[in-house]
Amino acid sequence: MNKRFFTYLPDPLLSVLILLLMAYGLVVLYSAGSMVLVEKQAVRIFLALVGFYLITQIRPERFEQFTPMAYVGSIFLLVAVLLIGTKVKGAQRWLDLGITLQPSELCKITLPMMVAWIFRHASLPPGWKHIMGALVVIGLCVGLIYKQPDLGTSILIATSGMFVIYLAGISWKLIGGATLLGLLSTPVIWHFMHEYQRQRVLMFLNPEADPLNYGWNIIQSKIAIGSGGLGGKGWTEGTQTQLDFLPEHSTDFILSVLSEEFGFIGVLLLFTLYLFIILRCLFIAQQAKNTFNRLLCGALTLIFFVYVVINAGMISGVLPVVGVPLPLVSYGGTSVLTLLASFGIITSVHSHKKLIQQ
Amino acid sequence: MGQKLKQPFVERRIFTERVIIASLVVILVFILLLSRYFYLQIIKHEYYQQQAEQNRIKYSRINPTRGLIYDRNGVLLAGNITAYRLNFIQEKAQQKEDSLDMIRELIVFSDDELNSIKEKLKFNPVFKPITIKEKLSDTEVAEFAVRKHQFPGFDIEPYLIRKYLFPFELSHLIGFVGKINPNELEQQQPSLYAPSDYFGKTGLEKFHEQALHGIPGQLVTEINAQGKQLSQKIDIPPVNGVNLKLTIDVKLQQATYQAFGEETGAAIAVDVASGEVLSMVSKPGYDTNDFINGISHEKFKILSESPEKPLFDRSLKGGYEPGSTIKPYIALAGLYYGLISRDYIMNSTGVYQLPNQNRKYHDWKQGGHGKVNVVQSLAESVNVYFYDLAYRLGIDRIHDFLKPFKFGQLTGIDTAGEKKGILPSRQWKQTNRNMIWFPGETVITGIGQGYFVLTPIQMAQALSILASKGRVAPIHLIQKEMTIEPLPMKISEAHWQTVHQGMTDVINSAKGTGKSIKSDEFLIAGKSGTSQVYGKSEEDIYKKVEELPKHLRNHALFIAFAPADKPEVAVVVVAEHGASGTKAAAPIARKIIDAYMENRHE
Repeated sequence: MNKRFFTYLPDPLLSVLILLLMAYGLVVLYSAGSMVLVEKQAVRIFLALVGFYLITQIRPERFEQFTPMAYVGSIFLLVAVLLIGTKVKGAQRWLDLGITLQPSELCKITLPMMVAWIFRHASLPPGWKHIMGALVVIGLCVGLIYKQPDLGTSILIATSGMFVIYLAGISWKLIGGATLLGLLSTPVIWHFMHEYQRQRVLMFLNPEADPLNYGWNIIQSKIAIGSGGLGGKGWTEGTQTQLDFLPEHSTDFILSVLSEEFGFIGVLLLFTLYLFIILRCLFIAQQAKNTFNRLLCGALTLIFFVYVVINAGMISGVLPVVGVPLPLVSYGGTSVLTLLASFGIITSVHSHKKLIQQ
Repeated sequence: MGQKLKQPFVERRIFTERVIIASLVVILVFILLLSRYFYLQIIKHEYYQQQAEQNRIKYSRINPTRGLIYDRNGVLLAGNITAYRLNFIQEKAQQKEDSLDMIRELIVFSDDELNSIKEKLKFNPVFKPITIKEKLSDTEVAEFAVRKHQFPGFDIEPYLIRKYLFPFELSHLIGFVGKINPNELEQQQPSLYAPSDYFGKTGLEKFHEQALHGIPGQLVTEINAQGKQLSQKIDIPPVNGVNLKLTIDVKLQQATYQAFGEETGAAIAVDVASGEVLSMVSKPGYDTNDFINGISHEKFKILSESPEKPLFDRSLKGGYEPGSTIKPYIALAGLYYGLISRDYIMNSTGVYQLPNQNRKYHDWKQGGHGKVNVVQSLAESVNVYFYDLAYRLGIDRIHDFLKPFKFGQLTGIDTAGEKKGILPSRQWKQTNRNMIWFPGETVITGIGQGYFVLTPIQMAQALSILASKGRVAPIHLIQKEMTIEPLPMKISEAHWQTVHQGMTDVINSAKGTGKSIKSDEFLIAGKSGTSQVYGKSEEDIYKKVEELPKHLRNHALFIAFAPADKPEVAVVVVAEHGASGTKAAAPIARKIIDAYMENRHE
């Protein structure tokens, strides 16, 4: 037993980068929130790390076998959410089964798994049959999430599915065509959007128009970032953060806190960590031995990248406000759990491959 | 099967290609993101730095305390007293709208006041105190203190308001403050005044506004996003206004005011040696305390429409003919230019005529005074003597001689509102009337009539020069060292003596016009005068004063100094419509001198 656990050592480089990132996150969280939050988050990180380690010990073939069941289970839970879920702020996202569950979080892993599973034996670049299959799988899952309604998550999860299709080698013509179609359908999407969703888009386009309401958060966040300057105001010295001008500073806006207190240098350090993590994961994906592993690793990495970009773009006012936390840094348990599970899968692919080569 | 066979190497190549493209996109996007942060944090840093400062730091003024005003003996004349205002913080109240209705149990409001407050509340942040009522009565303060706990959200705050301790006696001299108006505010340095500040509107309060006001300090308050106060510190301490110490003796000021009884007019008492104004009154006065926080429309209407013109400062702005009070100066001019001597005698017949002219210039006494010298002419106020002397002097010499006495010009007294008046001259008439000077006008100038317009303060300045035998001590209200200069023309001691003797005889000789105010204790020197209210026809001149309605009666003037042999105090009295100087003004002057002497010997 012991021997087996030591056998599959997670990729040291990736592990160190992730640990550094989370440590950095805790430092910022102390200033953004309190020691209590840091302790709580540390406990969650510890539990997520245990999960991460356990997942690294699972052979990648097991994930492949387990995929259809996981997907069907996710869909089942999503349907359950719509039927018996708990309503919070007008959206039905939570499922109370003794412990509260947010099944859409689960889909962040199970959907790319399922799409990768569809392509696992296909000859690549994929033909129409597989692409259509993939789209059905994506559409079903995304549609159910959109129904909750949760536009942000549904778009993100759709994107993770699309990444699999992209990595599978779908032709550039199709990608171009799909993009065009997406742009053309924007007015239609606008028509079907909820009022609060439209507000978010409008606020993104012009945050100064309504400074005390929707745009306030973005304006204050930009002030926090900009006033940080090159070296920042110093740890726990950020006035925007400490005087509560900055909203939700331990969750979605934690990067604003970091920017204010550690300045551009702090941001550069953070982005560098993220970049290395992403590039390392893409390298691992490229090294993977079969299609399923490659596609899954690649897609999970790219969606991680998308989270970072959306959060960093949102708080600096270049992207609309979507409630996406900064991965591995923002306060919150679910996000850390899902993300470390993803990294567990990626690392598992890498360590098991090495073993086979030996 | 239609399915193509898997080609592992092709697939790996495709995947590698996709991963490389993805990696490049990732790197590119990170560079773009980073440049966004670079833009915000480096390029726009200063702008956001400012925004962050504005967010958290609020600067507020600390009002300086307005300078106090004391009399020469340290008696407080204008001070600041603590008043109380009722403030309301919506956030702390339980029933927002009803709270205001409930507080009416304790505090008196009209419905209009209440509605305007309710309107203001709508635009006031809930955490910010709003003033509901200023200047609470003692009862209101006391009752509120007891029942405060029943009215959450309400609180009483002390503040300073101006208080005048002798409002009637010193109405014009000290003046008053009021809330600064937008025009005044515009002309001031913005850091010095807030719209709620006091600003001197008249008198010393206006003239010394800058010194009295002081310089506000600055309070720095750190607030959070909810506007709650986190810390507070004094950034710049305020510089309180300077206290003024006046030359006025408030006891004498009161005596001066009371000396008028029912009469209206002006009186000034000056310390001859120093030019210090000991008392300066314009009667009637009014309650300057009414103006401090805005006078009611009704009260203001009563004051501004009163025929007695209480708001008008007669001492600095009132323009009067000097009448016979000019005679001592004309006599001095005659002696100075050698046109008369002490022994020069003239026969007064009661009428004076210029050569080759028909117009008759009358004496006030029908039939005249007979043979009189200069001393007698002053004592009995012989018009004909001065008609003749003035004619012989000529208007140019009269003007040039009177000018150094500060007639018809600003004395430069250290307060606001002084008027210039008119000292007649050829040039003045040419400029202002566009006419040449007639010899007949010189004649009446000799008895202080014609174009003369003098203010009581000018008369007081001149009299103090006359009493001190040519020392020009600038007249002033704030205690300070003044440079005393001699008159430009050198007048011999004998000439001064002659004129002083004439003025002493006004009161102390048997025929003197002012003998009714003779004192047994000390010698008073003086001169009566009558300032014409309108030009009378020849017959009217002899009409009895009692036959004229009060407002048509002439103004009574009296100038006096005492003790006559060693002058200390010079007094000018104008009793409006008092008919003749002897009757109305002289007794007032006597009372003022008495009060001065009494205090002096204390």
